[in-house]
Amino acid sequence: MISYWSFFKIRFINGLQYRAAAYAGVVTQFAWGFMYIMLYHSFYRSNPSAISMNISELSSYIWLQQSFLALFMTWFLDEEIFESISSGNVAYEMCRPLNIYNMWFAKNCAIRVSRAILRCFPILIFASFLPETYKFYGPASIYSFMLFLISVVIGTMVVVAYCMLIYIFTFYTISSVGIRMTMVMTADFFAGGLVPLPLLPEYLTKFIYLSPFAAMQNTPFRIYTGGIPVNEAVKSIILQLFWAVVLILVGKFILSRAIKRVIVQGG
Amino acid sequence: MIEVKNLCKTFKVYKRKQGLNEAFKSLFTRKYETVHALKNVSFSIEEGEMVGYIGPNGAGKSTTIKIMSGILNPDDGQCIINGRTPWKDRINHVKDIGVVFGQRSQLWWDVPVSDSFSLIKDIYKVPQNKYERNIKELTELLNIGDIIKTPTRQLSLGQRMRCEIAASLIHSPKILFLDEPTIGLDSISKISVREFIKNINKERKTTVILTTHDTQDLEALTKRIILIGKGRVLLDGQLDDLKEKFSTERTLILNYYGDLDKVCNGLIIREKYDGRAVIEVDTSIISVSDSIGYLSSKVNIIDIQVSSTTVEDVVVGLYKEYKI
Repeated sequence: MISYWSFFKIRFINGLQYRAAAYAGVVTQFAWGFMYIMLYHSFYRSNPSAISMNISELSSYIWLQQSFLALFMTWFLDEEIFESISSGNVAYEMCRPLNIYNMWFAKNCAIRVSRAILRCFPILIFASFLPETYKFYGPASIYSFMLFLISVVIGTMVVVAYCMLIYIFTFYTISSVGIRMTMVMTADFFAGGLVPLPLLPEYLTKFIYLSPFAAMQNTPFRIYTGGIPVNEAVKSIILQLFWAVVLILVGKFILSRAIKRVIVQGG
Repeated sequence: MIEVKNLCKTFKVYKRKQGLNEAFKSLFTRKYETVHALKNVSFSIEEGEMVGYIGPNGAGKSTTIKIMSGILNPDDGQCIINGRTPWKDRINHVKDIGVVFGQRSQLWWDVPVSDSFSLIKDIYKVPQNKYERNIKELTELLNIGDIIKTPTRQLSLGQRMRCEIAASLIHSPKILFLDEPTIGLDSISKISVREFIKNINKERKTTVILTTHDTQDLEALTKRIILIGKGRVLLDGQLDDLKEKFSTERTLILNYYGDLDKVCNGLIIREKYDGRAVIEVDTSIISVSDSIGYLSSKVNIIDIQVSSTTVEDVVVGLYKEYKI
């Protein structure tokens, strides 16, 4: 456990070093956040009754999404891992007395958390001073906020476990491009990265809500905004936990198979 | 200590001819060849031994090292190291071994070398006092005290390699696998790396298995060599015996005045220029001192140089003998 923790630590410290990237990230996320909110505003103005998510809830959702981008976006992948698999440097990682799955998992969590911590506060603080309907609102209630915190942690685990599958499939395909595009686009859409899930048609959402994708950003953000009320939130969190466990087990199983047939590229 | 028995490993190698047409065809049917990287490789190595594992490119050296370090799974065969099978009990096995792949890096690119060291310390759970002792010893012996605060990316190849070797010994492994540790190093770095490996083997009784193309490495380090070619062990023996075997021929390089047209039996003129000749001596017919006596009676010798067999000759001789 200590060794995974130090892996987390060194990566985390490493991640905090990139301040310029963080400032740039904050500015970019602001621009995107505004763009999204203004876009939705114009939709709302044309026909407010057609939309099943009120505008203040939507604004909070978008700001949360922009500030926690590093935690929940599946395209936030660790190039080092792809590199090590396709160049054969993974050989060194296999010479360590560590479980490769756990090591990569810890590393990924560290990168995500360090980036999110640098970025989330400026965005959230600034956004909460914006004018009404554009602003980032407080949590629906104190319980919602606590459940939100728990849900963020589990949601991040679901995202990382999903990304682990992308890394693992690279053992089979050498080039990761195809599998990455497919899996990242799928997740981005079904997790509510492009359009918040409540805005999708109901015949889709009733399935999506049960999928691991909804357990990524949808659950924590909507618990915060009150879109998922406290009494249902516990159920959603249990579902998140279920998907986290399933994805981790599946990942571990495939990785153990992949390692048996590993070929160290490049001699 | 290390018991390898009948190890076999095959790889599939995809083949396609050049050209767009062929590339298109290969979208539908892929042709591959099965390459036998290892065929029934067996040997055993005792504790504290230093073994040179040699063979031409593509002979299967690195594959064997990778199997022994638990990275690759062989198709067939046995390998018991310290009572464990590497690929079945990888995590416990790798605690006892150190590996250096000359062509790869285990140090973190962006952080100072000392940070990589302390991460390795945590990974192997090395106690603090033992870690400090080891680092002190390693930095002194490898002369890297000044450079361990530098980020890896700013080190030269020779500096980096010395740090790599130090990194692989932080957890005091019982066995050290070195896959071409002196590749691309300058003479001074090579010598310091060799000295160090020798020292570690002597002081810590670390078993060292070394693959290399540098025959001077073998000369300096190993007593025993295992020759592998086309996936088979061709020869396993003491370097001195092999030198003996290939040392029936000596070469004399001669600067002289006079005429040297004919020489006696057992001497062959290999090259002859104006006042300079390279003569091969078959020591089974005529001894070196006799041939010098003979030559000095024929011509006026200005300078003479006797060269004995080097490991280079042994290796070249072996490659020729086994046609690999």
